Amino acid sequence: MTSKIICSSVSKIFGTEPEQALALLRQGLDKDKIHSETGQVVGVENVNFEVSDGEIFVVMGLSGSGKSTLVRMINGLIKPSSGRILIDDIDIASCSEEELLSLRRNKVSMVFQHFALFPHKTVAENVAFGLKIKGVQAAERRERAHAVLEQVGLANRADSYPEELSGGMQQRVGLARGLAADPEILLMDEPFGALDPLIRRDMQAELLELQRSLKKTIVFITHDLNEALILGNRIAIMRNGRFVQVGSAEEIVGSPANDYVAAFTADIDRSRVFRAKSIAVEPQAIEAGAQVDDAARRMEDLELDALYVTDGDKVAGILTYRSAIEACRCGTKIVREVASHRFPAASPDAYLNDLYPMARMGLPIALRDAHGRLTGVVPPQAVFDKLAGAA
Amino acid sequence: MDWLSPSDFLAIPFNDWVNAFVKGWLVPNFRPFFRAIQWPVVQVLDGLDYVLNAVPMLLFTAILTTVAWRAAGRGVGIFTLASLFFIDLIGLWSETMTTLAMVVTAVLFCVIIGVPLGVAAARSDLFEKIQRPILDVMQTIPSFVYLVPIVMLFGVGMVPGIIATIIFALPPIVRLTNLGIRSVRADLTEAATSFGATSWQALVEVQFPLAIRTIMAGLNQTLMLALSMAVIVALIGGGGLGLTVFTGLGRLDVGNATAGGVGIVLLAIILDRISQAVGERKAVHTTSLAATLKSFFAPATRSEAGANHERAAPKGL
Repeated sequence: MTSKIICSSVSKIFGTEPEQALALLRQGLDKDKIHSETGQVVGVENVNFEVSDGEIFVVMGLSGSGKSTLVRMINGLIKPSSGRILIDDIDIASCSEEELLSLRRNKVSMVFQHFALFPHKTVAENVAFGLKIKGVQAAERRERAHAVLEQVGLANRADSYPEELSGGMQQRVGLARGLAADPEILLMDEPFGALDPLIRRDMQAELLELQRSLKKTIVFITHDLNEALILGNRIAIMRNGRFVQVGSAEEIVGSPANDYVAAFTADIDRSRVFRAKSIAVEPQAIEAGAQVDDAARRMEDLELDALYVTDGDKVAGILTYRSAIEACRCGTKIVREVASHRFPAASPDAYLNDLYPMARMGLPIALRDAHGRLTGVVPPQAVFDKLAGAA
Repeated sequence: MDWLSPSDFLAIPFNDWVNAFVKGWLVPNFRPFFRAIQWPVVQVLDGLDYVLNAVPMLLFTAILTTVAWRAAGRGVGIFTLASLFFIDLIGLWSETMTTLAMVVTAVLFCVIIGVPLGVAAARSDLFEKIQRPILDVMQTIPSFVYLVPIVMLFGVGMVPGIIATIIFALPPIVRLTNLGIRSVRADLTEAATSFGATSWQALVEVQFPLAIRTIMAGLNQTLMLALSMAVIVALIGGGGLGLTVFTGLGRLDVGNATAGGVGIVLLAIILDRISQAVGERKAVHTTSLAATLKSFFAPATRSEAGANHERAAPKGL
């Protein structure tokens, strides 16, 4: 995958003499010290990241952490004080005004926290705004606006005015406006922050659904770690203008870089972050054609209560220690004949949340890939250990 | 016993300085320049004055009454009709048309000069800072003070009167244009910019349409101030109703002075009601300037519904 956006050592100083503050930053002084000495405010400090084509990169931080400044530097609404921001090899910080305009018109668009819809324009006119700015003809604009409104499910409200729509609908219009010019990059500045929790969840699901077909490169800003974990392929935690940690949801929650991140992750529903494969162990399986007493002996050696039975590539069933012993007593010899076909199974990518009911059966859970092959086994105890933060 | 005062020791010849500046430098050096800049004013004024005086009374009354009715409702329409008939019956029709031509000319130039100044002030804090004290002076300085240099630079007559009117009536439209554009939500302007709008496109597409109500309020103020100058302008040779009042004053002819005054008041009420209604009815829902102008002439009842609707749903923007 190629990198769509590359930010290297980007800093932003608000004030009249950024050079002075930058020099102090390089000496290792902290934000507050610089502010008290020079009166300059450090917005973003030495941030590095790359966003791949088609990735959702979430920047999560509290207010004042510099996340809004950061996203505005990507489309040049705010000029960085130092560092480089490359979008497809064009440096936003140093490119010409024409290049910047063309980039904003064709490649990068933005969705705003408070929707920022134009109250004097209809929904369709709002959606077509970027196209109008580009000089697209009226008929084509209208057609394109309708197509995009169709995508977000608002085609029937094209001639309404924004104030006549609910908050969720307004943000759909905001999203449609962002998509109208078919940009490759979507910058979303806390787009769901002003919405009710239930509507927010719907919008998150809808965004993921849209993204499945659109495959845009998205930089998503939020102050809600849950939202970040749901949406982000990768997540950056930002504090005081700096990236504290960058990683996948599992990395952030599983191994927080410091106490600050750990404090955030404390409230997180871990069962919706971790996937089954993260706690899987090497599968201990036995061929369907094997002898039952061999199987029983192996379980004793490995101190296991059950073994999975494979038939060629596929999982065929499960053999518990009890049924193996019983089978030995009755004289059944072949594993295939005593193996139970009722066993808990899940995809390796299933969330732990989905494993709860299976874990209650007390049997190890089989993880099967798309071809039905056994890729791992999750001991039921491990599910609860992981949730408790022990593993 | 005389108390000591600083003037016992030092006298500042302030009046001499001003005289030297205006008479000795400004007038000899810049008179041709000022003569030249009054050219467009002369053209507009002559044209308007000619047209307004050439249109038959009944036709003009019909037009203005229709405009008042459509823009501001039936009441204002009837008032306009009655007022114009009254003005004609007291024999001041031609003077009223001359005053109207002067006022419209002055307001037109106030818009042409004032709106760009207001936009510039909205875009630059420095420009606003420099502009503010100048506007304060223009609004507070008694107009008699600048009548003298204006006569020196432009001579006497209608046009110098209009120049004085422009100076007096300009500040509100500049201030309210500035205010209107500054009160456009910052994230809307930012959104426009983020979609690649140039600053001109952001102004035309977003800022100006959203500021138009405030700007129209400024226009109304400017119009009223311009009318209030009608009598003062007669001092330096302006004609119209102001001249009627001024002549009445000179001859202690209370009847004529009152008639002129009543004419000015009636004209003021008509223009105020129409311009206010036009400013208020400019609901935010119009896309182009053409549509905006068209909406001014839509029946008044619809605008009231629009205004109510807007009041009912101010949230959620």
